[in-house]
Amino acid sequence: MHVIWIIAKRELLSFFDSLIAYIMLVLFLGFSGFFTWLFGSDIFFAGQASLEVFFNIAFWTLFFFIPALTMRLLAEERKTGTIELLLTKAVTDREIVVGKFLSTFLLVGIALICTLPYVITVANIGMLDVGQAVCGYVGLLLMSSAYISIGLYASSITSNQIVAFLLALTIGLFFHLLFGILASNFSGIVGQVFNTLSLSNHFESMSRGVVDTRDLIYFFSIILIGLFLSELSLTKRNTQ
Amino acid sequence: MDIRIENLTKQYGQQRAVDNLSIQVRTGEIVGFLGPNGAGKSTTMKMITGYLGIGEGKIFIGDKSVNEHGDELKKHIGYLPENNPLYLDMPVVDYLQFCAALQGVATSSIDQRIRSMVKKCGLNAEKHKKIGELSKGYRQRVGLAQAMIHDPEILILDEPTTGLDPNQIVEIRKLIRDLGKEKTVILSTHILPEVEATCDRILIINKGKIVADGTAENLRKQSAGQEIVKIKIEDAAAEAIQHELRRIKTVDLVELVDKNENRFEVQSQSGSSSKRAIFNLCVEKGWVLTELIPLETRLEDIFRNLTVN
Repeated sequence: MHVIWIIAKRELLSFFDSLIAYIMLVLFLGFSGFFTWLFGSDIFFAGQASLEVFFNIAFWTLFFFIPALTMRLLAEERKTGTIELLLTKAVTDREIVVGKFLSTFLLVGIALICTLPYVITVANIGMLDVGQAVCGYVGLLLMSSAYISIGLYASSITSNQIVAFLLALTIGLFFHLLFGILASNFSGIVGQVFNTLSLSNHFESMSRGVVDTRDLIYFFSIILIGLFLSELSLTKRNTQ
Repeated sequence: MDIRIENLTKQYGQQRAVDNLSIQVRTGEIVGFLGPNGAGKSTTMKMITGYLGIGEGKIFIGDKSVNEHGDELKKHIGYLPENNPLYLDMPVVDYLQFCAALQGVATSSIDQRIRSMVKKCGLNAEKHKKIGELSKGYRQRVGLAQAMIHDPEILILDEPTTGLDPNQIVEIRKLIRDLGKEKTVILSTHILPEVEATCDRILIINKGKIVADGTAENLRKQSAGQEIVKIKIEDAAAEAIQHELRRIKTVDLVELVDKNENRFEVQSQSGSSSKRAIFNLCVEKGWVLTELIPLETRLEDIFRNLTVN
């Protein structure tokens, strides 16, 4: 077994052991189910068999849940000192960071798999655009990965989980909302830059079923930068 | 595998935690790090294990530099940090499995390694409990078990016997002694008798520098310098005995400890022994020598001498 998988597996099991995973699954499915099927601009008013309503709700619920999942990843290890044991095992800093990332990614993946009945239901009601549904899910996974990566970084620079949570949420808020708002307030090149930085824009096009290489590059850059910075802050102990 | 440390220096801000430290530890040697709090023991150990970056100087394990081959060398090192941090929400066996897998133990032999570690460390009754439910002593055993799970050639143990009861301490010391026959072991401790009981060699560190290096016996010899014996002589007046003792050539100082019991402490001049002379004196005078106890310098005194101020 590869060490990344060993770390990811332990982390994933500890999500389930500590009930965090169950609480997250119940809340995620509860929120998204309630708002998709029962309340507000629900899926029956769309007039077509589309999961866009669900994607938009998941877009927000995941935004709040992911920092709660990532906040403990490294901050807790720092606080209890177990990071010292982990780092002196035969693993590199990068393998630890990627393993931790993978664990949360898998948990979000499990949560999204639990929403497959939604897809089946909608597909039975009318003609579902399968391509669009797949794109939406891929978009959700990419967005989640970006926030996991940001959350992991926030968790790597502090030993306080609350600080990690709030920091991840704050950084996330910029991508989720603020860059979009700023983009509409500026014109010209500045507006364009903010527009490119806004995660909502990239997600929206994907949830409508359009996959653009620019969106992929955008998501992957955030993921890689987040992972890289997390690794850097682990490695920083060496130069202090 | 040998460990060779050359001119190691580590600076924390203004403070020098480790100051130009050079030592060599050979395979099959158990080395005890002694030193007051903040002497740089843990920092040195952390640098050997690759947790902390090396400030200046070099550390070689085998022939490889920790700086360049750190990740590769970690496989050969078993490390028990001070305070023994563990994942409290994991059951003992799962945790050992995790550690074994991380350290690259082959999947087929993991179970067998865990079984032998559980047996060696006396964890059998507790193996399915969560680590958080265990007492401090048992946690310490789990810490030792995870350090040795992959049968490393080098063991770095930072205060391995804290929190253990006297019986466990004896067991763990025996375990360390057994392991030390074929492995390189560095352990740190505050407990002085422990170093004497387990270590082949003692390193006393103060303010990041080595102030003493050698076996307990050697250290005694170096610091003792002058022989001191406690004696008790019967059949004469204390003053007369004292007077005669002072006339022995090799004697430096005679102190009357107990006048009624005729007890004396005799200190010889450095490099010489007066035991034979005292005996001969008694024979000559017809006195009876009922006690002669050579006073060993205690390790505590050596330690205090070297590390205070």
